[in-house]
Amino acid sequence: MRREIPLAITFITSLIIIVSFFIPHAPFGTMQEVSLKWYAIIAGFTMLLGVDSLIHMHYQKIKRKKSDWAHSLVLIVGFAVFVIAGTISGFRYGSAMDINSSFMYLYNYVIIPLQSTMFALLSFFIASAAYRAFRARNLDATLLLITAVIVMIGRVPIGYQIWHNFPAVAEWIMAIPQMAAKRGILIGISLGMIAVSLRIMLGIERSYLS
Amino acid sequence: MHNFWTIFGVWMAAFLTLAIFSFLYKDNPFYKLAEHLYVGTSAGYMLIYTYFLTIKPMLIDPITKQQQFFLFIPAFFGIIMLTRWFPKIAWLSRWSIAFTIGIGTGLAITGSIQGILIPQIKGTLIALHGWNWTTLNNLLIIIGVISTLTYFYFSKAHKGVIGKTAKIGIIYIMIAFGASFGYTVMGRISLLIGRMYFLFHDWIPLIR
Amino acid sequence: MNIFERIEKIDRRIIFLLVAIAVLLPLIFKVRMEIPISEPVKKAFVSVDTLSSGTYILISVDYDPASMPELQPMYKTLLMQCFEKGLKPVMIVQWPLGLPLSIKAMSEMAVEYNRMARAEGKDTVVYGVDYCNIGYRPGGVAQIVGIGKEIRDYFESDYKGTPLDSLPMMNNIHNYDNFALLFALEAGSMGDFYVQYANARFGIKIIFGMTAVSAPDAYPYLQSGQIIGLLGGLQGAAEYETLMKKPGFATMGMTAQSWVHVLIVLFILLGNIGYFINRKKRRS
Repeated sequence: MRREIPLAITFITSLIIIVSFFIPHAPFGTMQEVSLKWYAIIAGFTMLLGVDSLIHMHYQKIKRKKSDWAHSLVLIVGFAVFVIAGTISGFRYGSAMDINSSFMYLYNYVIIPLQSTMFALLSFFIASAAYRAFRARNLDATLLLITAVIVMIGRVPIGYQIWHNFPAVAEWIMAIPQMAAKRGILIGISLGMIAVSLRIMLGIERSYLS
Repeated sequence: MHNFWTIFGVWMAAFLTLAIFSFLYKDNPFYKLAEHLYVGTSAGYMLIYTYFLTIKPMLIDPITKQQQFFLFIPAFFGIIMLTRWFPKIAWLSRWSIAFTIGIGTGLAITGSIQGILIPQIKGTLIALHGWNWTTLNNLLIIIGVISTLTYFYFSKAHKGVIGKTAKIGIIYIMIAFGASFGYTVMGRISLLIGRMYFLFHDWIPLIR
Repeated sequence: MNIFERIEKIDRRIIFLLVAIAVLLPLIFKVRMEIPISEPVKKAFVSVDTLSSGTYILISVDYDPASMPELQPMYKTLLMQCFEKGLKPVMIVQWPLGLPLSIKAMSEMAVEYNRMARAEGKDTVVYGVDYCNIGYRPGGVAQIVGIGKEIRDYFESDYKGTPLDSLPMMNNIHNYDNFALLFALEAGSMGDFYVQYANARFGIKIIFGMTAVSAPDAYPYLQSGQIIGLLGGLQGAAEYETLMKKPGFATMGMTAQSWVHVLIVLFILLGNIGYFINRKKRRS
């Protein structure tokens, strides 16, 4: 029963969604409406799982004084400060997201710089990679390289200064050959998605239960 | 108004920005500190929003204020998701996972057909009449879509007509990847511009 | 070691430094360049600009600080356009980390517009009457389908917890049918879901403002008419600012962007010249 019940739940819920697509009236429409709302609520809980395993892992590291435990301490302190600020803001303003709350202050001056700089770092590495690894070794690589260069120059104002038709050429690449290939990939992905979904629905694919 | 807390916040943000950028020189304790702080604060943020933007408005408020007691059912499914913490009853969490997977597959099947397959195929069935620029572009689109799909068709060996079509497909795919690379460069540099603007506008006012 | 071998083995930190300088100099010296306008951005701008006053527009803020420099300028310019045209923007958020960004920009733009409106003797905008932010709820795809029937099934209240029914502008607003347009600011796959469900099933017109990384993937939707406009990356934002005649962060940043692109193209050229000369040498 530990396998059969989940398989039945998957089959029934997916069937409700598919049937209600074709017959959106009662009772199917209502069943879909309720299921979708429940899905949203359940999905909300998954976040707790992730947070717990992260905090648990770092708590153990501190407790056992493993190497780099000080880093784990920083992580836990950061976590605790945000939870405390969020809770206080929630009680004080009715919502942690009030523009004047301490939670928003911390978001502005801690999360924004940390997250945006982490991703900005990639700009340096992509420049370095372009220099070291982007070689016209064969026809395919040359094609990739030439397209990248045209798009890189054509999509910025300097391309327009160099040659007024540069932006139009870049836009043509994006809208015709690039689009056609992306469409081929998109159609392929959606066909694959349908096949996998049917396999899951019919209980052939069960890896999600492991 | 620039009060103490604003100035303090800007300095703290500048310190964290520089701590992460210091990785460019080499890995160091400041970077490690910022990295762990990033993970910890994000987890703290997640916990708060799960309560204030999910559990409170979608469960607690409707149950306590509007007596929507049937919401105990999704609450139950949500809570049994957490049984993964207890190995003996962890199998119960499969019920919630099965529910979400079921909804996901049902939506994926209908959405992929109605929202992708049909409109995308329709978009490829385009007119080829008269010798003009539009006809040429339309022809290039049709060839591109078919040849790319052929390239990803692995049920038959890429020989003969299929092999030649797949080769055309590679040309299109390389163009698409090149364009994506160009755009990725653009995106990453924009993020750097954002951080530089912060450092030299909000922190050290060199950019006015 | 010849010069090309030396160039090939250059310390990557020198490359980093050159990139930083190429970004910084045009920002400090305020070098400006003319922004050419592309067709997908023009279509997006016209679609919003031709809406009549009082029309509702749904703005989905689906990004976080990692994509802020690209998408926040689009969002701000769009809000200003809505306020100036008398449109009624309703913000919805699908990325939890993006909610504070959506609130922050909304408040800033309302203050900026009201200051301008007071100086010109125009009506000011009021939260809940002319614009509002219903915030974030989980669910992703399920929620996108669900609000096609009733927004209140998920959003009983706005981001602050104020009941939706107590916001005057939301009185008769229930689903996508009440909006002329969905302007989705996307850093990931939420846009695909909007296309698949909000557009295909419920028929709402969609415009995408996307990060440069995601924008190429949206072209198939543009050609098939599933979206009616597309802004890609900082350039897209700069084009929108130009069309609005309000140059801001994006317009200023595009010169730095140009310089770095030229620098990277030079890197690629130099790397390849070195590669071919060294390969020839190794073969001989």
